[in-house]
Amino acid sequence: MNPVELRGLSYAYGEGELRRPVLRNVDLTVRTGEIVLLTGPSGSGKTTLLTLIGALRAMQEGSARVLGEELMDATETARVRLRRRIGFIFQNHNLLGFLTARQNVAMALEQDGALGEAARLDRAGRLLGAVGLAGHEDRVPAKLSGGQRQRVSVARALAADPGLILADEPTAALDKASGQEVVQLLRNLAKSRGVAILLVTHDPRILDIADRIVAMEDGRIVQSDTVPG
Amino acid sequence: MNEIPRPETLLPWAPERTGEAPPPAAAAPRRKGPGLLAATLLAVRLAWRQLRAEKARLASAIAGVLFACVLVFMQLGFRGALFESATNLIGSMRGDLFLMHPMTLASFRPEPLPRVRAQQALALPEVERAAPIYLAQSTWRNPVDGSRRTIQLIGVDVAAGVLDFPGLAPLVDQLKRADTVAFDRSSRPEFGPIAALLAERGGPIEAEIGNRRMDVVGLIEIGPSFGADGNVVLSEVNFRRVVKERQVAAVDLVAVKLRPGTDIAQAQARLRALLPPDVMVLTQEELRAHERRYWEEATPIGFIFAFGSLMGLVVGMVIVYQILFSDIASHQKEYATLKAMGYSGFYLARVVLGAALILAVAGFIPGLVLSWFLYGVVADATFLPLRLDLALAGLVFGMIFTMCALAGLLAVRKLRDANPADMF
Repeated sequence: MNPVELRGLSYAYGEGELRRPVLRNVDLTVRTGEIVLLTGPSGSGKTTLLTLIGALRAMQEGSARVLGEELMDATETARVRLRRRIGFIFQNHNLLGFLTARQNVAMALEQDGALGEAARLDRAGRLLGAVGLAGHEDRVPAKLSGGQRQRVSVARALAADPGLILADEPTAALDKASGQEVVQLLRNLAKSRGVAILLVTHDPRILDIADRIVAMEDGRIVQSDTVPG
Repeated sequence: MNEIPRPETLLPWAPERTGEAPPPAAAAPRRKGPGLLAATLLAVRLAWRQLRAEKARLASAIAGVLFACVLVFMQLGFRGALFESATNLIGSMRGDLFLMHPMTLASFRPEPLPRVRAQQALALPEVERAAPIYLAQSTWRNPVDGSRRTIQLIGVDVAAGVLDFPGLAPLVDQLKRADTVAFDRSSRPEFGPIAALLAERGGPIEAEIGNRRMDVVGLIEIGPSFGADGNVVLSEVNFRRVVKERQVAAVDLVAVKLRPGTDIAQAQARLRALLPPDVMVLTQEELRAHERRYWEEATPIGFIFAFGSLMGLVVGMVIVYQILFSDIASHQKEYATLKAMGYSGFYLARVVLGAALILAVAGFIPGLVLSWFLYGVVADATFLPLRLDLALAGLVFGMIFTMCALAGLLAVRKLRDANPADMF
């Protein structure tokens, strides 16, 4: 089973005369442990595609099987449940400012009833150590640098042991060194954990981490190139 | 900045590497999630962390709830004092049943009934005693500064044991003498320093009631009400001396005492059948309720206090709603992120409601303390029986809790604007 299998996926905003298609008959498969970079000009449909795969929107047409769950006609509850198995990394990290780094990461585990409070915090601490933030666990996001915040958001995305990570411009707000650190972290993760990563980016500095680069234009996939290892 | 670990040392927490668990299965496991209670506690904790992070906003929210709390406490306190003071006199009367004219709206404004009804009541074998009570208002002249003020007169057969005011029993013999009264020590100070004068002279002092010179022979304790600022108790004969226009054959109330073991409801029914329709036969509780109903329904004052409480709650609700609404608006991104992470709308609604209920508790506790202090201040100034007991505290807490919950429910609608798809 592949983490992402899209067949004939189409999506449009608006209705009637205002209807504007943004995705047209998209087919895409992302394999376990594969890093796929999604590129293309603004308005090409990358972000909409990411939100549909992330079960953040209701589907309109086609089939999207994500982590084994069909999203077409899926209920809101089913989509909420699926989202707990996906790691999200946002451009602006979106950490909760009133929580410490450890608490932010532990938030991703609260929906998992199997872990108690102490176990959640312990695991969050180990994850922060794994992304190079040992000693920063009890700092609030305002006390961390941009790169450190993004690493916290990577740790948060990893916390629930996801089968798929969706990242939107994770390096856009970072300097070159921090950006490199974050993408290396993601690459290491994909390879060691077998996590599929779908990454939207305009950043040419990180193209080399991909297994495959998928280019989109006008709501269609126009190119899909495997990057030689 | 810390270095990123090398791949071979990465993710030491990975369970399949540490032997804690086997590698993840191809098909993702179905996660059960925390139970309802555990999830609610987590939501409330998150709400508290969010509130605590913005201290100025938290302080203004608590101040809003505190304000509403004090307003409701004071209004309900005044309302309770109104009813308690109004029924204080009736509560101190000793009788199983009472005869009253049907047109009487309240004890301070009675309609007289024929005195003969008291004798007629005695015709029932289960009636042991039927004692007339006279009620009227007259003018009291302050013995120090000469100012005049309306005072409530309560005329009874002082030896009959109809009234049970503290201090009355030792004065019975003195009150049988001509032109004597017992003065209510809890009357408003505008009637004069009667207690001090009595203590100073060590005997009766002169007073003027309804242009008649009377001797105050001692002090009793009744307390002012919204209908009377002060009270005196006097014998039937002395009452008629002061209230000259009162016909001998007319009384205001008759206190009926039944023989021990008599069924009150049956006796009430028999008295109703026996007496003509120009009297009502009421139990003491019914008489209290009648008095209370007058203040509650026939005067604007009861409504004003109830309305004041409602206004306090509405103002408090608006304040809490505004705080929660702006809190959600300013944390929209965080809420949307939580939705993206798989937190349900129901969970986030519990966060907002949790915040509302934390504010209810945090505002109520100082509100209770401040109200308790203000009750003392107001009671000292007005001599009204304001009481802050457990029942009232529970009632106000329930109202504040409901107010905050409603504000939270209204604010929850704002959560719909937090769209996780907008995070990308």
